[in-house]
Amino acid sequence: MQSQATYNYKVVRQFSVMTVIWGVVGMLVGVIIAAQLVWPELNVVEWLSYGRLRPLHTNAVIFAFGGCALFATSYYTVQRTCHATLFAPALAQFTFWGWQLIIVLAAVTLPLGFTSGKEYAELEWPIDLLIAVVWVSYAVVFFGTIFKRKTPHIYVANWFFGGFILTVALLHIVNSAEIPVSLFPMKSYSAYAGVQDAMVQWWYGHNAVGFFLTAGFLGMMYYFVPKQAGRPVYSYRLSVVHFWALIFTYMWAGPHHLHYTALPDWTQSVGMIFSLILLAPSWGGMINGIMTLSGAWHKLRDDPILKFMITSLSFYGMSTFEGPMMSIKTVNALSHYTDWTVGHVHSGALGWVAMISIGCIYYLLPRVFGKTEMASTKLITTHFWIATIGIVLYIASMWIAGVMQGLMWRATNPDGTLTYSFVEGVKASYPFWTIRLLGGVLFLSGMLIMTYNMFLTIAGGKAVNAPVLEPAH
Amino acid sequence: MDFNNTSDFVSSFWNLWVAGVVLLSILGCGLFLWIQSTAKHAAGQTTGHVWDETLEEYSNPLPNWWRWMFYLTIIFALVYLALYPGLGNNAGSYGWTMRGQYDKEKAVADAQFEQAYGPQLKMDVAAVAADPKAKEAGQRLFLTYCAQCHGADAKGAKGFPNLTDSDWLWGGSPEAIKETILKGRDAMMPAKGLKSDLNADQIKDLANFVRSLSGLASDSLRAQRGKELFAQACAACHGPEGKGNVGVAPNLSDKVWLYGSSEDTIIETITKGRQNRMPAWGDFLGESKVHLLAAYVYGLSNEAKTADASAVEKK
Repeated sequence: MQSQATYNYKVVRQFSVMTVIWGVVGMLVGVIIAAQLVWPELNVVEWLSYGRLRPLHTNAVIFAFGGCALFATSYYTVQRTCHATLFAPALAQFTFWGWQLIIVLAAVTLPLGFTSGKEYAELEWPIDLLIAVVWVSYAVVFFGTIFKRKTPHIYVANWFFGGFILTVALLHIVNSAEIPVSLFPMKSYSAYAGVQDAMVQWWYGHNAVGFFLTAGFLGMMYYFVPKQAGRPVYSYRLSVVHFWALIFTYMWAGPHHLHYTALPDWTQSVGMIFSLILLAPSWGGMINGIMTLSGAWHKLRDDPILKFMITSLSFYGMSTFEGPMMSIKTVNALSHYTDWTVGHVHSGALGWVAMISIGCIYYLLPRVFGKTEMASTKLITTHFWIATIGIVLYIASMWIAGVMQGLMWRATNPDGTLTYSFVEGVKASYPFWTIRLLGGVLFLSGMLIMTYNMFLTIAGGKAVNAPVLEPAH
Repeated sequence: MDFNNTSDFVSSFWNLWVAGVVLLSILGCGLFLWIQSTAKHAAGQTTGHVWDETLEEYSNPLPNWWRWMFYLTIIFALVYLALYPGLGNNAGSYGWTMRGQYDKEKAVADAQFEQAYGPQLKMDVAAVAADPKAKEAGQRLFLTYCAQCHGADAKGAKGFPNLTDSDWLWGGSPEAIKETILKGRDAMMPAKGLKSDLNADQIKDLANFVRSLSGLASDSLRAQRGKELFAQACAACHGPEGKGNVGVAPNLSDKVWLYGSSEDTIIETITKGRQNRMPAWGDFLGESKVHLLAAYVYGLSNEAKTADASAVEKK
């Protein structure tokens, strides 16, 4: 009887396809705003101006593209590693349609200028409420499936997915606490004031990086990397230590976004030292992922999916080294408010988050559409190289621009006055913004190749649900 | 003053709380790592658990280099907290504060400035305006602090006065310019002037009269009616002929328009009033820098005069 039941792949299919679609949309908006920086005359009407499209870009890539990838992979992983079908499948359907509705509402309201003004949490109060409802439903489906499991132990990927789901609920609800003023037009005020508001915002902001963009994607890594490599995870002990250390330490790191501001000195110091302590727990995930491949390095040569995964782990290691360094006050005094920050974010967002998601979706698509592999492996390889070159152009240009801006802003003449006015720094940045645009265009082109490959795969396949397996022990 | 700024705390208990929680958390990380390092491992063998047919985990120990890197960051954190503020209101043995660092760096820059322009700071503004070295410094200061509103060429924009012409809202003497920069200016034109019961038609009449003052095209009938309204609503500040008063209200009979001279814009100005503000720079920049800035701004509209002055000086 058990063997006749099938895993719920429907919701996985839905979220997988939308991951690719929203990826294209979010990155396209990114390319548009990068072009607006090079050619300001592209700000034609106010609802397509830089200030309104920028939050649309961040929301679309983080919550639409990244969010759909997390839903797809976590629903797939939790079922297969618990040897159980999804708990409350109707609620899972609700999370899909609810999440899509939130994305569409964001795409309409942000260009219209509705914003709460909190970075990465710009959506106004009615949408905030909807997010809370969908997210709690997600938690019910996920943890309900964990409780249904047929295995005595919970697989490591699920620790990370579980930690991510619980913490994001907490972060969203606390940070979005606000007093609604009106529904038409949508307007609310934060429940916090002054520097406390800034601190809550960056406690949220940095943990959105830590839990949404790190813990969630590490969950992905722990299932799909060993699967694709066909090797056991390198060290169980390492996964225990880095999991607990990571989720504990991330909580403290937020104040490093507010160095040299009205935030008290002691809070800044505490944020900085915990950001440094965070280095080892972050690298634990990279080591466990990359070392899983030991003894199977040859597979990297002709498996482009594995190439995506291992490259993403390298970028993860790079940006989690760069992050703690940038949290050191003396480094931050140079890097803060410059394009260096933008480069750092994108080495994480494109290099780690997007590449691991792309790898996992390439793994998933054929399996949920009744095929053994993607329609074209060659196109995956092309996608990999275009994306990698795009990232390198993007982050290298932003590093150079950022350090240059930081040095120009602090340069002084012998008479103590500033050497450069602000606009001279802007002028000097143009060539690097053009290179960044080129990097973005390449990365977007890769996503378009993926979309084509996806539709080719779907056209030649059909929706299937694999039978639920009995656990091995 | 307590720049470490724990003053939000209503009792010293919270300082102990912060220090205690921070130290326990850091030491807790170290203890957790140490306990986990002592576990027995069978390197190269799996833990025996299998998920989804193939997923297994090796029982490899923590990599040594990684473990020591972790310990090192913990040691660094403890040393840092001994030296710098972090444990509640404990100032740290270096006594460093970000406010202190700012004050120190600013004092150095200010001293350099006073030294570089010692002679100029003793001269009066008009004389400084003729000094090429001071002019260069004044322009740099202008581009950093003033250009955002007044433009790099100082010609202003809608709502931001042009500083290169000879029309001055608050006076164009060296002293008046310096005072404007030091103390800022707040300007307010009340909606509908002194006659709060003006209706839309009357406002249109007024706008036509105002346009006629500077010879702009206007409906003569409306302008005629507007003239009477002007005397009641506007003349108290702008004067009976609309020639304005420095420091009180702008001249309406010249070609200079801060917000625009179209009929629609003037109607908007009368209907809603205008509020504007030049921020005060005295506290932020200090008098010495303002002295050079005032000279630079004065020089912008007094090129000829300052050129003469420098020629005289050279002789």
